[in-house]
Amino acid sequence: MAQPLVKKDDDRDDEVEYSPFLGIEKGLVLQEARAFHDPQLDARRCSQVITKLLYLLNQGETFTKIEATEVFFAVTKLFQSKDTGLRRMVYLIIKELSPSSDEVIIVTSSLMKDMNSKTDMYRANAIRVLCRITDGTLLTQIERYLKQAVVDKNPVVASAALVSGIHLLQTNPEIVKRWSNEVQEAVQSRAALVQFHALALLHQIRQNDRLAVSKLVTSLTKGAVRSPLAQCLLIRYTSQVIRETSNSQSGERPFFDFLESCLRHKAEMVIFEAARAITELSGVTNRELTPAITVLQLFLSSSKPVLRFAAVRTLNKVAMTHPLAVTNCNIDMESLISDQNRSIATLAITTLLKTGNESSVDRLMKQITNFMSDIADEFKIVVVEAIRSLCLKFPLKYRSLMNFLSNILREEGGFEYKKAIVDSIVILVRDIPDAKESGLIHLCEFIEDCEFTYLSTQILHFLGNEGPKTSDPTKFIRYIYNRVILENATVRAAAVSTLAKFGALVESLKPRIFVLLRRCLFDIDDEVRDRATLYLNTLGGDDSVGEIDNDVKEFLFGSLDVPLSNLEMSLQNYVPSEEPFDISSVPKEVKSQPLTEKKAPGKVPTGLGAPISNPTSTVDGYEKLLSSIPEFSSFGTLFKSSAPVELTEAETEYAVNVVKHIFDEHVVFQYNCTNTIPEQLLENVTVFVDASDAEEFSEVVSKPLRSLPYDSPGQTFVAFEKPAGVPAVGKFSNLLKFIVKEVDPATGETEDEGVEDEYQLEDLEIVAADYMLKVGVSNFRNAWESMDPDSERVDEYGLGARESLAEAVSAVITLLGMQPCEGTDAVPNNSRSHTCLLSGVFIGNVKVLVRLSFGIDGPKQVAMKLVVRSDDPAISDAIHEIVANG
Amino acid sequence: MAACPLVKNVLLLDSDGRRVAVKYYTDDWPTLAAKLAFEKSVFTKTQKTNARSEAEIIMFDNHIVVYKFIQDLHFYVTGGDDENELILATVLQGFFDAVGLLLRNNVDKRAALDNLDLILLCLDEIVDGGIVLETEASVIAGKVASNALDGSGSFSEQTISQALATAREHLARSLLK
Repeated sequence: MAQPLVKKDDDRDDEVEYSPFLGIEKGLVLQEARAFHDPQLDARRCSQVITKLLYLLNQGETFTKIEATEVFFAVTKLFQSKDTGLRRMVYLIIKELSPSSDEVIIVTSSLMKDMNSKTDMYRANAIRVLCRITDGTLLTQIERYLKQAVVDKNPVVASAALVSGIHLLQTNPEIVKRWSNEVQEAVQSRAALVQFHALALLHQIRQNDRLAVSKLVTSLTKGAVRSPLAQCLLIRYTSQVIRETSNSQSGERPFFDFLESCLRHKAEMVIFEAARAITELSGVTNRELTPAITVLQLFLSSSKPVLRFAAVRTLNKVAMTHPLAVTNCNIDMESLISDQNRSIATLAITTLLKTGNESSVDRLMKQITNFMSDIADEFKIVVVEAIRSLCLKFPLKYRSLMNFLSNILREEGGFEYKKAIVDSIVILVRDIPDAKESGLIHLCEFIEDCEFTYLSTQILHFLGNEGPKTSDPTKFIRYIYNRVILENATVRAAAVSTLAKFGALVESLKPRIFVLLRRCLFDIDDEVRDRATLYLNTLGGDDSVGEIDNDVKEFLFGSLDVPLSNLEMSLQNYVPSEEPFDISSVPKEVKSQPLTEKKAPGKVPTGLGAPISNPTSTVDGYEKLLSSIPEFSSFGTLFKSSAPVELTEAETEYAVNVVKHIFDEHVVFQYNCTNTIPEQLLENVTVFVDASDAEEFSEVVSKPLRSLPYDSPGQTFVAFEKPAGVPAVGKFSNLLKFIVKEVDPATGETEDEGVEDEYQLEDLEIVAADYMLKVGVSNFRNAWESMDPDSERVDEYGLGARESLAEAVSAVITLLGMQPCEGTDAVPNNSRSHTCLLSGVFIGNVKVLVRLSFGIDGPKQVAMKLVVRSDDPAISDAIHEIVANG
Repeated sequence: MAACPLVKNVLLLDSDGRRVAVKYYTDDWPTLAAKLAFEKSVFTKTQKTNARSEAEIIMFDNHIVVYKFIQDLHFYVTGGDDENELILATVLQGFFDAVGLLLRNNVDKRAALDNLDLILLCLDEIVDGGIVLETEASVIAGKVASNALDGSGSFSEQTISQALATAREHLARSLLK
C-alpha cells in the first residue's frame, strides 16, 4: 500500500512541490481584490481571488481590521454578478470575514433578496450567512422569512433555517421560540435530515419543560423516525426522560422497550447509541444489560476499527460497575489484545483486567507481556494502573503481578511510565505485607541501572523506611552503597541518609554502616560529606553501641515540623551575625492548608522534596499540621482524620468544612474556612460549638484564626476531651463567630472599625465509624483463623426494606467505616445473597475482622448476619452495638 | 449528554501534516498556535497507522478523532469524548466520499489544492457551526457541484493552475507590447 505512495512523493520532489498557491502573498492578493470593483465583472477571475483569500485565511493568515473592511466592501459589489458559482464563494468569504454590525447592514438587503430568490441554493445559503452575521435587531426584520423557510418544500432550505435556529437560540431565544409550530411541522418532514434538525431544535426550545420533552418522546417513540441521526437524538432524549422519571420505583422502566427495539435498527449508529444508553441507565439490571452487551459483543468482531473501538470503550465502562455482565465477551476481548489499533488493544486489556477472576490472572499476564513491547508509553501507564488495582483486588496473586511489574521495569521507557511502575510497586509493598521483600529487591535492582535521579532518590528514601524492618536487612546494603560509589551527588546524598536509617534501626549492622559512612567523608560533594558527618555524630560514633535515642530516630524518620515555605522565608530574613539561626523561631502556622494544594491542577510533583504519592499523605499532612500547634502537642499520636465534611452549602458567603481528628483521649475539629466576599476581611474567627448533645465530650481548647482575607483559606480548631479509648458519639452544633471589616477591593484598604457577626453552620456528628481505621488484610481467611475464636460474637439483624442488596451492603460498610477485603464490597446484579468481608483497626489499636452475610427476599426486605472477631471481645460487642444502634 | 451531536473540527492535511483545508467549530482551540499544535499531535499520532481501507479512530486529550487517508491526503473529524463514534465516522465518510466525487476519484493533494474552492464549499455543506448538515456524499457533492454545473466560470472546466497559466501568458504578452 505504502509503496506506490513513496514513489509518487519522489517524483514530486523533482518538480519542486507543486502548489497553485506557491509564493502567494497577502499584499498581492489584496491588490487583486480590486478586480471586484471592476464595472465589467470577470466572474471566474473574482472566484479565483476569493479562493486565494480563503486559502490565506485557512492557512492562519490574519487580515487587519482595515484590510478586512476593504475586502468586505469590495465583496459586496459582487452581488451584482449573476454567476452562481461566484455567489457561493461570496457567501463563504462573508462568513469567514465575520463583518461588524455596521458593515452587515450593507449586505443585508442583498442577502434578503437572495432569501426570497427562486433558486433553492441561494435561499438556503443566504439564510445561513445572514443568521451567522446578524444581530438581534435585524433578526426581527427577517424572522417572517425564516419561519417560512422552516417549512419550505426544499429540504436544503428547511435544514438551513432549522440549523440557523439552533445557533440563534443561544443568542436570541425569545425569537426562535416563536417558531415552535413550524418546527413541530418540520419534525414530520419526509426528508431525513430535516427531521433530524427539527427534532434537535424542538428539543432545545423545550428542554427546560420536562413535561413537554416527555410528551415529545412519547409521541415520537411510537411513530417512525426516518433518519438514523434523528433516531440517535431520540434515544438521547429518551434516556434523559428515563433519568428524570426513575424516581418511581414500581416495575418496568418506561421507554425501555423503545431502547431495546433500537438495538434491532438497521443503522449501526442507532444500535450503538441505544446500547450505550442502556448501559448508562442508572441502576441498570442484568436482564436489561444483556441485549445491549450482546450487540456490543457482535461489534467487537467487526472489520471496522471505529465500531470495535466504540464497543470496547463502552464495555470498558460497563466493566467498572458490572464486571460480571461483561465476562461473556472475554474471548472476543482477548483477541482484541493483538488489534492493530493500539487504543482498542489497550481498552481491551484494561477491560479484561477488570473482569478477570483470580484464576485467569496468570494467563492474562502472559498475553499482556507480549503486548507491552509495542505500545506507546501513555497506554502502558494505563495498563500499569489497571494491574495495580488488580493486585490490590487479588492480593494472593501478588507474585505474578509483581514479577510482571519488575519485568517491565527493566525494559525501556520514559520517566512517566517508570514512575507509574515504581509507584505501583511501592503501593503493593505498603499494602501487601507478603510482597514487601520481593518488591524491595525489585526496586533495588532497578536503581542499579536507573537514569532518573528523582526515582532513585524516592526509592532510596522508601528503602530507608521499609528495608530495616525486613527479615534480612543486610542484603539491601550492597545496593545502597553502590549508589554512593556510582551515582551523582543528589543520589549519593540520598543513599547516605538511607544508610544512616539502617544504622539507626538495625543494631547488628551499625558498626559496618559506620565504616561505610566514614568513607563518605571523603566525597567530593559538600552535601554528601555534610550528611555523612551529621549522621556519624547523631548516631553517636562506634563507642556508644547502645540503644539509640528516640530523638535520633525522630530526627531520621520524623518529618520537618515547620512548613518549608516558612523556613525558607525565615532563612532569607536571617542576617548573618553572632547569633545562630534558631529553627524554633520559624512560625509553624501553615499559610495555606494542605487541601488547597491537592486541588491544584498540577499533575505530578516533580521537585525532589515531593513525596511519593501515597494514600496516607493527607494524614501525614494533618499530623504535621496538628503537631505544629503547641496546644495539641500533648494529645499523643493522631489515630485518624476523617475526610472533610462540608458545613455550608456550595456558593455561600463563607465556605466551611470540617475535618475530625481522633486522638486517644481527645477529638480535634479542624474547621477549614474560606471567605468568598472580596469586600470583607474577617478577623478573630472562631467556631462556637454547642456540645449539649454530646455528653461525654468537654471542650478544652479553641484556637481562633487571626484573620481570614478574601479567597485565602485558613483554619480554626476546637479540641474536646473524651473518655480514653471509648468510642463516644455525639452531635455538635456549630456557629461561626468573627469580626467583619470592610475592604475596598480596588485599593485593598481595610477599614479600622469592625463589626461582630456570626454565621450558622450545619451540625456535625462524631459517629462510631470515626474510631475505625480502614486497614485491609491480604488474606482474610488466614487472618480470620488466627484470631481467637472466643472473641467471636454473632447476631442477626433485620435491615428492613432496602432499595437493593448493594445499597444495604454499602450502607453497613459506611456505618462501620471498615475496609472491604477481596473485592467483596461489589455486589453482583440480581444476586439474592451476598457475603462481605471487612477489616479494620479500632481505636486503641484493636484489630477487627467482620464477616457479613446478607440475604434479600421478595419485597426487598434485607436480613443480615454479623460475625465479628477482634483482639478484644469487648470490642466485638461494641461493633454489634454500632450496628444495633445504626 | 442529551445534546445534539457536535463536530469539533474537520481537518484535511497533507502527508507532511500541513494544512490543505481546516475548519474549527468550537472554542476548544482558541488560538492559531493551539490549532496548529492540535493538528501536529493528531498527525504524528496517526501517521504510522494504516487508515486507507477502513476509517481508523484514536482517542487523546478528551477528544475522539476518526480519520482516513488516501494518497497524500489525511482526512480527520474530531468530536468530544462522549460523542457517538459512529456519527463522527459517518461525517468523515461523507466528507471523504464527497471529495472523491468532486475530484472525480483523482484524490491527491495537488487535485485538492487545484480545486480548493470545491473542498471549501464541501466543508461548508457538511457541518454548520458544529452541527451535522448532511452526511450523504452524493447529496453533498451535488450541492457543491450545482454551482459549477450551471455557472459560466466553472472551476470544473478550468483549474486554477490553468487559469494562472493563462494569466501569465496575458502578462507576458502585455510586457512584450
